Amino acid sequence: MKQLMIVIGCMVSIVLMSQSTPSSKASAMRGKKIYTTYCLACHQADGGGVPRMNPPLIKTEYVNGDKVRLINIVLKGLNDPIEINGDEYSNPMASHAFLNDQQVADVLSFVRSNFGNKSGPITPAEVKAVRAKK
Amino acid sequence: MQKILCSFLALSLLVCCSAQSPESVAIKTPAGFSTVVVGKDFGRVRHIAINSNGDIYMKLEKLLKGKGIIRLRDKNKDGVMDDTLAFGNYIGSGIALKNGYLYASSNSEVFRYALDAQQNLVSPDQPERIVTKLIDKRQHANKTFALDNAGNIYVNIGAPSNVCQELDRQKGSKGMSPCSILDSAAGIWQFKVDKLNQTYADGIRYATGIRNSMGLDWNDEVNELYITIHGRDMLFQDFPAMYNQKQGAELPSETLYRVKKGDDCGWPYAHWDHFQNKKILNPEYGGDGKKEGAPNAISPLVGFPGHLAPNALLIYTGDQFPARYKNGAFIAFHGSWNRSPEPQEGFYIVFVPMKNGLPTGKWEVFADGFSGLEKVNNLGAVKHRPCGLAQGADGSLYVSDDNKGYIWKIKYNQ
Ligand code: HEC
Repeated sequence: MKQLMIVIGCMVSIVLMSQSTPSSKASAMRGKKIYTTYCLACHQADGGGVPRMNPPLIKTEYVNGDKVRLINIVLKGLNDPIEINGDEYSNPMASHAFLNDQQVADVLSFVRSNFGNKSGPITPAEVKAVRAKK
Repeated sequence: MQKILCSFLALSLLVCCSAQSPESVAIKTPAGFSTVVVGKDFGRVRHIAINSNGDIYMKLEKLLKGKGIIRLRDKNKDGVMDDTLAFGNYIGSGIALKNGYLYASSNSEVFRYALDAQQNLVSPDQPERIVTKLIDKRQHANKTFALDNAGNIYVNIGAPSNVCQELDRQKGSKGMSPCSILDSAAGIWQFKVDKLNQTYADGIRYATGIRNSMGLDWNDEVNELYITIHGRDMLFQDFPAMYNQKQGAELPSETLYRVKKGDDCGWPYAHWDHFQNKKILNPEYGGDGKKEGAPNAISPLVGFPGHLAPNALLIYTGDQFPARYKNGAFIAFHGSWNRSPEPQEGFYIVFVPMKNGLPTGKWEVFADGFSGLEKVNNLGAVKHRPCGLAQGADGSLYVSDDNKGYIWKIKYNQ
C-alpha cells in the first residue's frame, strides 16, 4: 500500500511537473515579448512563417521534439536544407546567442505552448547546460 | 409547405453556387477589364509563358508528381484548358518563349526546348543545357531571366545574403567591404542563347549591385533591359534607433530600374529611399538613415513602398488594352513579410505608364484582391500570391499564383 502511494505520488508530481505550473506560465508570458521582438518578423505573429522562406513553428518536430536540438537552433542559428512539414525554406536563421538563458527558456516555452503546440516548458538550467557544451 | 419548399430551394441554390469555387477571390480591375480563372491547383506556380497558339507554360518551385514544368492546352478550342503535359524534373522559377524555343531555368542552370511547326516540344526530356554551374546557396537562388532580340539571355544571379554582412542576417554584424559576393552573384549575367554549357567564364557580368531581381523584361521600344529589385530586409528589427516600426515597413523602396551594360544598382552599400529620393548608405556600412552612399550607382525609375516583393515585370506590347497601357510596365507584387509587426502589403498587380522607356505618370494598382483579405496580418492566411506575368498573343494579361497554383487571364472588353 505504501509503495503504491509512492508510485501514485511520483506519477502525480511528474504530471504536475510536465504541465504548466504558475512559474512556467509567467515564463511563457515573458516569452511572448521576446518572440515579438526577435522572432515575429520571420516566423510571423501566428507562427505560420513565410512560404518558401521562413518555416512555421506550428506542430513541427523541431519545436516539439528534442529539447537540445531546439535550444541549439536558437543559440547557433540554422542554415541547412531541412524539410519542415514537407517543405524546404531558403532563408538562413541567425544565431540568437545574445539572448540570456532565461530569455531563451522563456521564448521557447512560449513557442512550445502556443500556435497549436502543447509541449512542456524549457528551463534556464536546460539552456545553460546546452550553451556550456558549445 | 410551399414557403418551406421555397426557402429550401433558395438555400440549396445558395449552397450550390457558393460551393462552385470556394477558393476563388474577386479580382478588382479598372472599368472595362474582366478576369477569369484559366487554371488552378498546380501548387507553386512561379513564372509563366504563353505561346502564340494559346498554350500556357508554368514553371514550378515544387515538383508536382515529379515534374517541374506544366503545359496547359485547349485541344478542342472551346476556351477551356483540357490537356495537361508535365515534363522537366527540376524546380525553379524562370520560363519564357522566343523564336521557336521554350527557355526554363533551375536554380543553377538554364535549358531550352525546341518547338516544332505545330508548337509541340521536339524532345521534352532532352533539352539543350545552355548555362550551367551558377551558384545556388538556397537564399535568392531563383535564376529568373529575360531574352533580347539579338540572341542574348540575361540571367539574374541573386545575392545569397541580405546585405553582405560578415554573418548574414546577424544583428550587429558589419557589412563586408568590398563585398566578395559581387564576383559571382548580386548581378545580371549575359549569355548567348545558342551556346551549350556556358559557365561564368563564358558570360559577361552585365550589371551589378543587384540584390535579387525576380522581374526582368526586355523593353522593345527602347531596346534595353528593365528589372525590378527586391530591397533589403530588417532595417527596423536590426536598427530600431534609426528606423521606427513604420519606417522599417516602408523602407527601403522596392525598385524598377532601366539597366545598361556596366551599370551598378548600389547593393550592398546603399538602398533607395523614395521619401528622400536618394541612395542612402546602409547602416551595416556606417549609414545613419540620412548619409548618402554608392555614389557611382544609378538611380531607379520608380521607388515603391518597402518589402512588397516585385516578382515579375512585363512591358506591355499588345493592342488589346487601351492605348495608354502600351509600352508601360506591369509588375506583380508577391506581397510582403518583412513589414511585420505592421500589416503586410502588396499581393497586387501594379501598372507604371511609360513612353520612350521612361515613366509618364505615377504608378497605380491595376489588379487587386488576390490575398482574399482586407488586411493581412499573417502570411499564412493569404489565399493567393501573384508571382508571374505573361502576355497572350491576343494581348490578354495572365497572372500566376504560387500559393495555390492559380492562373488568371485579364481581358479588356471595351
Ligand atoms: C531572419 C529570420 C528569422 C528569425 C529572426 C528567426 N528565425 Fe527561426 N528560422 C528561420 C529560418 C529561415 C529557419 C529554417 C532554416 C533552415 O531551414 O536552415 C528557422 C528555423 C527555426 C526553427 C526550426 C524549424 C521549425 O520551423 O520548427 C525554430 C524552432 C525556430 N526557427 C525558432 C525561432 C525562434 C524562437 C526565434 C526567435 C528567438 C527565431 N526562430 C528567429 C528564420 C528566422
